[in-house]
Amino acid sequence: MILIPCPHCGDRNSSEFTYAGEVHSRPSPGDARQGPWRDYLYGKDNPAGWTEERWFHGSGCGKYLRAERHTVTNEIRATRPEVGAGASSRTRP
Amino acid sequence: MRRATRAGGAPQRYSAASLFRHGLTHEDWERVWRTVEMRRSYDAVVIGAGVHGLATAYYLASNHGMGNVAVVDKGYVGGGGSGRNTAIIRSNYLTPEGVRFYDRSTRLYENLSATLNFNVMFARRGHLTLAHTDASVRTMRWRAEVNKLEGVESEVIGPDEVKELVPFMDTSTKTRYPILGALYHPPGGIIRHDAVNWGYARAADSLGVEIHQGTEVTGISTDRGRVTGVTTSRGAISAPVVVNCTAGWASLVATMAGVRLPIITHPLQAAVTEPVKMFLHAVVVSGSLHVYVSQTDRGELVFGASTDPYASYSMRGSLEFTEELATHVLELMPSISKMRVLRQWAGLCDITPDFSPIMGVTPVDGFLVDVGWGTYGFKAGPAAGEAMAELVATGKTPESIAAFDLARFEEARLVGERGAAAVGH
Ligand SMILES: Cc1cc2nc3c(=O)[nH]c(=O)nc-3n(C[C@H](O)[C@H](O)[C@H](O)COP(=O)(O)OP(=O)(O)OC[C@H]3O[C@@H](n4cnc5c(N)ncnc54)[C@H](O)[C@@H]3O)c2cc1C
Ligand SMILES: [Zn+2]
Repeated sequence: MILIPCPHCGDRNSSEFTYAGEVHSRPSPGDARQGPWRDYLYGKDNPAGWTEERWFHGSGCGKYLRAERHTVTNEIRATRPEVGAGASSRTRP
Repeated sequence: MRRATRAGGAPQRYSAASLFRHGLTHEDWERVWRTVEMRRSYDAVVIGAGVHGLATAYYLASNHGMGNVAVVDKGYVGGGGSGRNTAIIRSNYLTPEGVRFYDRSTRLYENLSATLNFNVMFARRGHLTLAHTDASVRTMRWRAEVNKLEGVESEVIGPDEVKELVPFMDTSTKTRYPILGALYHPPGGIIRHDAVNWGYARAADSLGVEIHQGTEVTGISTDRGRVTGVTTSRGAISAPVVVNCTAGWASLVATMAGVRLPIITHPLQAAVTEPVKMFLHAVVVSGSLHVYVSQTDRGELVFGASTDPYASYSMRGSLEFTEELATHVLELMPSISKMRVLRQWAGLCDITPDFSPIMGVTPVDGFLVDVGWGTYGFKAGPAAGEAMAELVATGKTPESIAAFDLARFEEARLVGERGAAAVGH
């Protein structure tokens, strides 16, 4: 079990969260090329090391957050609130 | 192409007579495969000495006379998922292409002991996937019909028949998730995974294939879009074909060639109990309870579940896994509550979006992948190895794996196997 320091609730067990995966930026809606969209939908960095990802604190504040986690040691060195659209369950269930 | 032969002549053949002779004379058994100097060039380099890499190399040598092949592994033979899995073999998948492919593999497994002259202890036990909801009964019917169409034995049975096959199972309606039925798949079973790895390694070695353990690939060299070789912790190797068979590490190796894969690495855990007298013949899987169990020929119960809930390259087990597992197993079989868990472990699984593998060519010429085996790839080793060997030797993608290409993600041709692969591996 890893502890995730939720920026709103403090240290909580990872079982309270849903893992939402690597953070990738979406191609511009004006970009109709297949490559960038395929990559956005399916491409993964899947690094063995530090990565930035999203978690959803479903059994807590109900908000999304960003975490920097090491995928080999599972250490989390930083978390911060997700900003903008999709930040809380009310805007994006 | 050079057909290498074994340095010391033909390998020792195993037989009842040789076992008897060794027992009497106590003379040393020959080493199962050689340790040789690594050369600077091969006709093909296979990365990863799991069942996929070893089977690919074996079929290259045996079916296509290509023995000038090196299998390199950063660890040891079977140190990845191939030595950590729960060894369930089945072909009761959901898509026609999936069913055909896994059926081919199951058939190769049935005769593998004879093919390799190595006892891989395949035990056809029958495989039960329990349904606890109307939705899963529906999926079971769907799978049964697809299976039958492809000539694979599968049928939906009711709770009474489940009870007959597994008398220790609680099939009453007093449980939280009563058993409504099951998909019964008689050809399913279990195998001795280490023996499969060692058997392929030994047979490939005897045909000239070199296995280099403790050799980590650190880079893949290319020239104008063509692969030219690999760099390793023990020096560079040149080869016109490089096959990525590194499962949980597949993204890292593909990145070295500039190929991005739709794969996330998740740990998967399993546990084993102390051995008891044989009482559980069939392999039992429950998707709703996220658990499966089988009993080995030695009497241990082997348990597994779904993958850990977040991406990781860590192979540490967790207490929450064992706790959850025990809770769920006891709902199915309350009578085993006194049994003790002896050990638990984890392995890495390369999960794809559609729960199907990725086999075949990549945008880099000569750089092939046999990856995305997730939680279900051990059973696929023989058929995947056979097909990948054909692709390497002929340059043509065999029909059996055409649907599983990397380009399917771009072309929206996913092969959805989630309903047949998420919990039951
Ligand atoms: C707990 C558990 C239970 C499972 N149960 C089942 C089951 O019941 N049935 C089933 O069919 N499947 C099951 N699986 C899945 C199955 O184990 C895998 O899909 C399969 O073993 C993959 O085989 P492979 O040969 O592709 O890879 P692996 O056996 O994982 O081998 C990959 C190898 O690549 C090597 N490698 C990685 N990076 C490098 C590098 N840079 N250079 C050199 N070498 C490298 C590694 O050291 C490793 O030995 C299970 C998996 C786990 C973890
Ligand atoms: Zn919170």
